Amino acid sequence: MARHVIASVDELPPGTRKFLEIEGRPIAVFNIKGEYFGLMNRCPHQGAALCEGPLIGLAQSKEPGEIEYTKLGEIIRCPWHGWEFDIRTGQSYCDPRRFRVKAYPAHVEPGASVVKGPYVAETIPVSVESDYVVVEL
Amino acid sequence: MNIQFRESQEAASPLTVKTAIADCDIHPARATRTELYPYLAKRWQHHLEIYGVHAYQGMMEGPPYPKAQPNASRRDAYPPEGGPQGSSLSFMQKQLLDPNNVQLGVLNPLNTGQGIRNHELSAALCSAINDWQIDKWTSKDKRLKASIVVGNEDGLSAAAEIRERAGDKNFVQVLLLSRNVEPLGQRRYWPIYQAAEEAGLPVGVHAFGFGGNPITPSGWPSYYIEEMVGHSQCQQSALASLVLEGVFERFPKLKIVMIEAGFGWAPSLAWRLDKVWQRLRSEVPHVKRLPSEYIREQVWWTTQPMEDPERREDLFDVINWIGWDRLLFATDYPHWDYDEPSRVLPAGVSEANREAFYLGNAKKLYGIS
Repeated sequence: MARHVIASVDELPPGTRKFLEIEGRPIAVFNIKGEYFGLMNRCPHQGAALCEGPLIGLAQSKEPGEIEYTKLGEIIRCPWHGWEFDIRTGQSYCDPRRFRVKAYPAHVEPGASVVKGPYVAETIPVSVESDYVVVEL
Repeated sequence: MNIQFRESQEAASPLTVKTAIADCDIHPARATRTELYPYLAKRWQHHLEIYGVHAYQGMMEGPPYPKAQPNASRRDAYPPEGGPQGSSLSFMQKQLLDPNNVQLGVLNPLNTGQGIRNHELSAALCSAINDWQIDKWTSKDKRLKASIVVGNEDGLSAAAEIRERAGDKNFVQVLLLSRNVEPLGQRRYWPIYQAAEEAGLPVGVHAFGFGGNPITPSGWPSYYIEEMVGHSQCQQSALASLVLEGVFERFPKLKIVMIEAGFGWAPSLAWRLDKVWQRLRSEVPHVKRLPSEYIREQVWWTTQPMEDPERREDLFDVINWIGWDRLLFATDYPHWDYDEPSRVLPAGVSEANREAFYLGNAKKLYGIS
């Protein structure tokens, strides 16, 4: 599994996302309250750029009249047809058996370990003093 | 050791259909509220500023949008220069027409002058929309063709608008909506069918409208999802009315296009109509043939939204009844329930049927060489 430096931590503050193409695959990396998540940026339904959609919560109901709204900011909603996926796992809530978005683990590595490798990025100047968001592919 | 990556400049482009296609339901929008003013007499500009519009439908001042997405549209369809989705020709070319190799795009403007209680204003607005369609869209991109929007509740002025546009190659059909003041087969609408038949133009009946009746036959529902499925109920009533009032009998060359209401219900509606017609025909002696015969001969169907059964064979059964020569591919761009051309048709369709579905039927119906 290759690991890719995709941004310095400063460049991807909480609430933002970054779109990339890594090894020919469109990928989006999100910073949700300091946690990082990578997702394939393609909806498994009809191929829209999934991660262009809004981040919403998960509306669930045990019975009519009762609505629970959880996972605020952790559900990505497709810009075309509104299909919803959990950005932590890529799981779809409407049809988890057939439709899932590939999720890519993302996390922060200190500059010292990034410089040592095996992570290298072409366009991000990397220094030991900073922290970097690394995605595994 | 170096890892190849580059920043994506824009959203990943969708898979493209290599062969040319027709898109029979595209919704152009106005960029600004006053964009129609150059096509409206001063009298109507002032009328709009002073009185606004009064529709048959209540609560028109409350926004019927957003619906599921802002402006019921794809979230990636905002033009870069600003304005609502569907309001920029250059962005439509870049996002829809070019990548999908659209050879024929049929424009169906919504929220026009239809369903307005002041019939003179309705006619003026519809005429303005038609001029605007030429100026802003069809004269600037020859792939695009317009639908003649008419003041539907006044059959006579609607017919006059059709006659004025007849023969103009910018237009390929007449546009009605499914929710009107009365069911579409009734006499007040007949001048529209007569003028359309004379002009050789199909009449498109698009889901939606401001007739003032509830969205479902059993009243106003709680949820948008009920409205979505209500469109097919409404379209069924419209089609039953066209058959049973004798519109198809009276206008045998009339072609009706059912737009954006699905088509999976067509066989069962036709079967039900046939069955009751055999028992109750003396009530409607002007309906001389089985209702299904009129439907199969004079009705076409746009594909978006296609029913999506679990077994694709079920979809093929329905299409086989309707006829592969009766379906017109549509995306509904820029609306959120857009259908991606490359993903919409399941495998297992012959090359001839596929070509007819994506392009041939539309070119033939709309007379595009």
